[in-house]
Amino acid sequence: MDPRIGTALTVLIGVPAVLIGYIYLTEIALRALPERYKPRARPWLWLLPALAFLFVFLIYPTIGTFIRSFRNADDTDFIGLNNFQKFVSSDATLIALRNNILWVIFLTVFCVGIGLLIAVLVDRVRYESWAKGVIFLPPAISAVAASVIWKFMFDYQPPGEPQTGTMNAFIGVFGISPVPWLQIDTFALNTFALIGVMAWMWTGFAMVIISASLKSISAELLEAARVDGANEWQVFRRIVFPLLLPTIAVVSTTMIITALKAFDIVYTMTGGNFNTDVIANLMYKQISFGDFGFASAIAVVLLIAIVPIMGVNIRRFQAQEAIR
Amino acid sequence: MTAVAQPREITAPRTTSRFSRGLGRVGVHAGVVILMAIWLIPTIGLLVNSFRPAQDVASSGWWNGLFPPYNLSLDNYAAVLSEQGIGDAFVNSLFITIPSVIIPILVAAFAAYAFSWMSFPGRNLLFVAVVGLLVVPLQTTFIPILRLYSGISIHFGPLNFDTLNGEFLAVWLAHTGYGLPFAIYLLRNYMGGLPREVFESAAIDGASPVVAFLRLALPMSVPAIAALVIFQFLFVWNDLLVALVYIGSTNAANSPLTISIANLVTSLGGNWQLLGAAAFLSMALPLAVFAALQRYFVRGITGGAVKG
Repeated sequence: MDPRIGTALTVLIGVPAVLIGYIYLTEIALRALPERYKPRARPWLWLLPALAFLFVFLIYPTIGTFIRSFRNADDTDFIGLNNFQKFVSSDATLIALRNNILWVIFLTVFCVGIGLLIAVLVDRVRYESWAKGVIFLPPAISAVAASVIWKFMFDYQPPGEPQTGTMNAFIGVFGISPVPWLQIDTFALNTFALIGVMAWMWTGFAMVIISASLKSISAELLEAARVDGANEWQVFRRIVFPLLLPTIAVVSTTMIITALKAFDIVYTMTGGNFNTDVIANLMYKQISFGDFGFASAIAVVLLIAIVPIMGVNIRRFQAQEAIR
Repeated sequence: MTAVAQPREITAPRTTSRFSRGLGRVGVHAGVVILMAIWLIPTIGLLVNSFRPAQDVASSGWWNGLFPPYNLSLDNYAAVLSEQGIGDAFVNSLFITIPSVIIPILVAAFAAYAFSWMSFPGRNLLFVAVVGLLVVPLQTTFIPILRLYSGISIHFGPLNFDTLNGEFLAVWLAHTGYGLPFAIYLLRNYMGGLPREVFESAAIDGASPVVAFLRLALPMSVPAIAALVIFQFLFVWNDLLVALVYIGSTNAANSPLTISIANLVTSLGGNWQLLGAAAFLSMALPLAVFAALQRYFVRGITGGAVKG
């Protein structure tokens, strides 16, 4: 028998048992305390495992990375801002930075724009749930699997060979010669191809959220507008769209974060070659090269890009709490 | 009144409007069908090729597999499962995923219960910090954790390693930490919305917080827990980056499907029949889970809870 099965069973039964046992133990431990201290101590015991994990795996390492970004590759000496200087002076990082900006703008616009379009369109057909189901499937698969699917779509053979890749076969029907989609960096064509794959993955996610918000708009309101003589475009432009705006804002922030963290698709489809690199892949490469100082600096740049979104999220959360 | 008296005058505009509405409907249907095709064709193309023999895949397009002679078989699936190590990788993915789903959800449930139904100083501030941690990029955590892990050496019973890097335990712990902010956020929003009277009357009846948590809060939160299970399952099963960092180079024998397939993309190049078979094997389980629990997933993401 595979020894791993023993480990698996231990973990499957042992871990929940230990965790629930912990909660029972806290109650027993609390008996030792005087009655009036119990309610004060109890919440901290319940929070302890979560706070410990958050500290060890998020807070402590973020501080550590921040400090390391000012240190050399071997983590032996402080070198001031050298790592950041390297970041702004190397072509590789600047191209990655440019690509991430393209990712943020175009992934967000594609996903939200097409997601909104689909949500509005499928609202009018009877096979809505089928259409939504199809477009909502890619979020369930890994970006690696999506990369395989799309690398095959973009497959390129030299002119004269049979074009088995769907895109090149399709344009071949119109007599256009095959295009090596993932290698052409003129106008960042290959980066747009990668962004397109990510958009294919996440548009369904945007669509489902926007669609749910669309359904919550009262039908009487729209009917009233139509009775007053508004045409479909005016109904959308003046009523539906403004009511969807808060949802669109939420979806957009999610997409911006997804774009900033883009890694899997670039790693699998091009490996960052042909000027398609992004910050997350650059950082991973530096980890494998062992330059922890520079890798930390890249991670800090990513964190700085995300901090404003953190602020927006916190403010939105506090506004939600105020009306709870 | 006038409408009844002059029926002809109103029939004319009504016909035009019905005609243009009909045209609009055709446009809507065409739009939806084209969009569905864009979403389906890439997947269908690779799926068809995953059943075709190598020489067919190299010499003709996948659409030929839809017409006789079909020449389809499961040979590619058998080949990747045994020869390309996809079978082992599948088991590894299961090993990585299941604990990485259970641990964070239980730990988060304790914290969410404390945030919802216990009062303590700094409660709101602490929860705002959790909301802030939702979007921390994983990249900023890798290096210190790698260093921390490399110093952990255990030789005790089944635990036998010189460094935690490369072990399943390394990924379980990391995924627990990474998954917690969202799990706490979602569960607290749900548990906090449960009726107060239930917990008050339980307390009056002498139920301890542990009993109230296990007998009331957890069972009543099943929809939120189901949503979380899918989120965390999909996140961990589909994850490439965390596995690459903590397992990747150190211990190839523990590689999950995502790493194995990413490696095959490099080593198998244009063998789309094998790559396709491997990709579809990796997609089978998440698609099944997703299809079965999709309504919880949708409720989870539309409940104002969006993961970064």
